[in-house]
Amino acid sequence: MNHSPPSIASSPSGRSCSKSSGLLLPGLLWTTVFCLLPIAVVLAVSLATRGTYGGVLWEFSLDNYRDLLHPLYGRIFGQSLLLAGAATGLCLVLGFPLAYYIARLPPRRQALWLVLIMIPFWTNFLVRTYAWMFILRTEGLLNTVLIQLHLISAPLDLLYSNQAVLLGLVYGYLPFMVLPLYAAIERIDPALIEAAWDLYADRWSLFRRVLIPLTKPGIVAGCVLVFIPSLGAYLTPDLLGGARSMMVGNLIQHEYLVARDWPLGSALSIVLMLIVMSSLLWYFAAQPPQARERGEP
Amino acid sequence: MSVSRGVLKALGVASVIVLLWGGCDRGREPNQQSGTGATATLHYFTWSDYVSPELIHEFEQAHGARVVVDTFSSNEELLAKLQGGASGYDVTVPSDFMVSIMAAQGMLAELDLAALPNLRTLEPHLQHPAFDPAHRYAVPYLWGTVGIGYDSAVVTTPPDSWDILWDRRYRGRISMLNDQREVFGAVLRSMGHSMNTTDPGTIEAAKQKLIAQKPLVRTYASDHYDQLLASGDVVLAQGWGGPVARAMRDRPSIRYAVPKEGGTIWADCLVVLNSSPNKALAMQFINFLIDARVAARTSERLLFAASNREARTWIAKDVLENPAVYPPADLIARMEWMGDVGRAMRIYDRAWTELKMQ
Repeated sequence: MNHSPPSIASSPSGRSCSKSSGLLLPGLLWTTVFCLLPIAVVLAVSLATRGTYGGVLWEFSLDNYRDLLHPLYGRIFGQSLLLAGAATGLCLVLGFPLAYYIARLPPRRQALWLVLIMIPFWTNFLVRTYAWMFILRTEGLLNTVLIQLHLISAPLDLLYSNQAVLLGLVYGYLPFMVLPLYAAIERIDPALIEAAWDLYADRWSLFRRVLIPLTKPGIVAGCVLVFIPSLGAYLTPDLLGGARSMMVGNLIQHEYLVARDWPLGSALSIVLMLIVMSSLLWYFAAQPPQARERGEP
Repeated sequence: MSVSRGVLKALGVASVIVLLWGGCDRGREPNQQSGTGATATLHYFTWSDYVSPELIHEFEQAHGARVVVDTFSSNEELLAKLQGGASGYDVTVPSDFMVSIMAAQGMLAELDLAALPNLRTLEPHLQHPAFDPAHRYAVPYLWGTVGIGYDSAVVTTPPDSWDILWDRRYRGRISMLNDQREVFGAVLRSMGHSMNTTDPGTIEAAKQKLIAQKPLVRTYASDHYDQLLASGDVVLAQGWGGPVARAMRDRPSIRYAVPKEGGTIWADCLVVLNSSPNKALAMQFINFLIDARVAARTSERLLFAASNREARTWIAKDVLENPAVYPPADLIARMEWMGDVGRAMRIYDRAWTELKMQ
């Protein structure tokens, strides 16, 4: 990292921290009880042994991690990273123009569009995934319409493939990309864009040299918000992928709930957490320092 | 600008509230009677959609008790919840193999057989089940088989062997359960082995046979293969009889067969938890559920067979004669109970994961 680490003292109001530190207490308590303690339990279980009936035997062993060295698990992690990465990339490509369009609308119409983007959240994700199954299946909506329009003669195999999983991930997490991008784009001073035009920037250099640098925090935030849940997804691969393949999320769920192998499941969770944590570190490293110091306009 | 920022914040807060609201468990079923303090309450932990409210109501009326129903969706979830410290439940419904596990963990109370007169008329093959021969802990409640649901309009010769699931003619129109023990169970039986084998070589050979099958398999599904059969997406589905029987209602050409090599027989059993505060009432409740007429109504509704053989007298003929619900008597000898495989579980597990990553 090429900038000083953030600290409370560097905030614009770097006055008496001691007085306000009491305010941290509820947050600290919350984090300790609901975040750190459970992770400590998972870490402890990952170093234990599976009992014959699926319980946890407190015998220290690194076997669970050693088992993960098997190339099979590397392939599962690899495939998950690939799918999550592809979903993130697609969300970015689809989300950026949409966010840009919304941010350039008059405020009243922006609100309408934002509500439209959030409406899907009012329905349970499982129900929406089932809806996709009805759309994609052999005798489903999409195939029926395409056949009626004589665009295809036989139904396409759309459901139960990695492409269907990718579609489900992009569909599910697109709003998480659009909202931070919108917030970042909306903050750009239009004068800067006009200045770029005045200086004979073409569309591409405007995009590359003005828009991207100015919206980088939003891009990174959106990518992190899409990548992390995609990596851990398990409903989408099960339902839209037909459980023909596995992502890390399915494997962890399988170890905990089907194989009753909590130690191996915990070891997998810890490895996944490390991957997520490194992507978060990248997020903080990518935040330009001035973004944190700049107050609200 | 600031207007829209405010709008955005408000929307953000609103969406968080909506998400939290949606995530909140609305809690247990509302109490039908306001607890007078004297009313005994029975906590029944069962499969989702496994109990009809009117039967519960009848029990409440007859015994002046209140029954609170809570649900789980798999044996593993049941075990995990109880191991995780969920307490206060009196009666629950583990499947056969889970009875052994829970008994070994000391979670189950010994039954008072004198309080269970309806136990005398169990189906013959359930009188001394391998997982609990003397009904020390468990009373079989509903039972059935795992076989093949198929669309007789497409699969015109009834499948008599598991090997039909390897028939290239049905490529892409086959579904298997998303359950490693059941899938391996079927292939092991088709190879003439026990589905409870712990021999790594045999499991490996079974895995190879499953890998060869995978290109033909449309999906591994445990909870919606009835819909896939009914909609015509698949024409052959490995599955439990009950859901296949349900699919027959939507698509009359659906049939059910258990291959000649045999398959899984299962029984969901009523047990009393050791921690139950209300054991006497729990015994009355179990006896009520396995009463011939009560069990017959449950059986007709869920399309699983009742453990009480006298229930057959009260069950509608079409249900009784449906092999998906009541398998033919000569078949039962060929069926096998799923047992715990202990340390071999990791071998199955690895093999299953390898199958999925093919």
